[in-house]
Amino acid sequence: MSAKIVTMTSGKGGVGKTTAVANIAVALASNGARVCCIDGDIGLRNLDIVMGLENRIVYDIVDVIEGRCRLRQAMIRDKRFPELYLIPAAQTRDKSAVSPSDMVRLGNDLRNEVDWILIDSPAGIERGFRNAIAAADQVLVITNPEVSAVRDADRVIGLLEAEEKGSPSLIINRLNPSMVKNNDMLSAEDVLDLLAVRLIGVVPEDETVVMGTNRGAPIALEEKSMAGQAFRNIALRMQGQEVPFLDLDNKGSLWARIQRMTGRK
Amino acid sequence: MGSLFDRITGRKQSAKSAKERLQLVLIHDRTDMTQVELEALRDDILAVISRHVDIDPGAVRIDVERDGREQRLVADIPLRSVRRRRSG
Repeated sequence: MSAKIVTMTSGKGGVGKTTAVANIAVALASNGARVCCIDGDIGLRNLDIVMGLENRIVYDIVDVIEGRCRLRQAMIRDKRFPELYLIPAAQTRDKSAVSPSDMVRLGNDLRNEVDWILIDSPAGIERGFRNAIAAADQVLVITNPEVSAVRDADRVIGLLEAEEKGSPSLIINRLNPSMVKNNDMLSAEDVLDLLAVRLIGVVPEDETVVMGTNRGAPIALEEKSMAGQAFRNIALRMQGQEVPFLDLDNKGSLWARIQRMTGRK
Repeated sequence: MGSLFDRITGRKQSAKSAKERLQLVLIHDRTDMTQVELEALRDDILAVISRHVDIDPGAVRIDVERDGREQRLVADIPLRSVRRRRSG
C-alpha cells in the first residue's frame, strides 16, 4: 500500500508542530503502522532531538536530494519502534537547497517504504512552507488558543485553499481548561468558529509533554498523560476511526457541543 | 461569571475580547480590505443608489459578514416611501 503524506504546519512558530509530529508518529507506530518523519526545517534542525535521535545522524534530507546517499541510508531508525524512521533536516544549509519538486520526488520515493510520511513544516509562509506542503496529501494546521497563533493559522488555511491543497484539519494545542472555564482563554469552540475547518484534535496543556521532549522520548504512549491520550486519539482519527473528543473540563457540555459541531459522536 | 474584581472594575473577560478582535481582523486579512477602504466602498454604493432612489443614509448598513470561511458584503438599505416623502 502506498503511504499517505501528511504535513504539519502553523504559520506561527512555537505552537508545537515538532512535538506534535513526534507524538503522532509514535502513536501511529504503536498502532503497527510504518512511519517516516521528515524534518522540513532546513537550517533549524529539531525533530531529531525531540525524538531522541540526535546522536544517530549520518546523512540528512539534502544528502538524499543531492544524491550523496541512498534514501534508506538517511532514514534513521527509532530506538523503540523498528518501523519508525526520521529523515533529519540539514543543519548547515538553508531552505534554498530544496525545491518543492524535490519534495514531491522524495515523497514519491518514500511512498513504497512506509504507510505514513509526516512532514514537519518550518514556521512562516515562504520557501520552507512551500516545500513542506508540496507533496502533502493532507495538511494538519496546528494552533494555540491565542490571538496571534489563530490569526496566523487562518492565513495559512487561506494559502492552502488558494494552493488547492483541500481543506486542512485543525489541531488546537496547549489548551488550558481552567483558563477556558474562567473565560480567560479562547475555547476550542471559539477557535473552531473563527477558523471554520474540520477539527482533528484538542491537546491540553500538559507538563509531561516538556518532560518527554527533555528526555527525547515523546509521551504519546504514557497512559496517564492527557496530552498523550489526545495525540493517540489524533493518530486513530487519521487512521479513520471515530474517536470522541476528550472531556477536558469534566463537564462534558462544551465537548458535546464541539462533537455536534464537527459531526462526531 | 468572572472574578469579583472583574465585575467591580467592569473589565471584560479576556477570551471575549480575543474573539471579538479576531473576528474583525480575520475579515480584513481574508478580504485584504481595510476599514478605510470599506468606508470608501460604502460611500460609493450610497452615491450610486441615491442617484436613483431616495434613501436615508443614517439607516443604511453595509458590512462584511463571515459565513464559515467565506466573507460576504451585506447591504441593508431601507428605501424612503414615496408617500412619506411627499407628505413630509
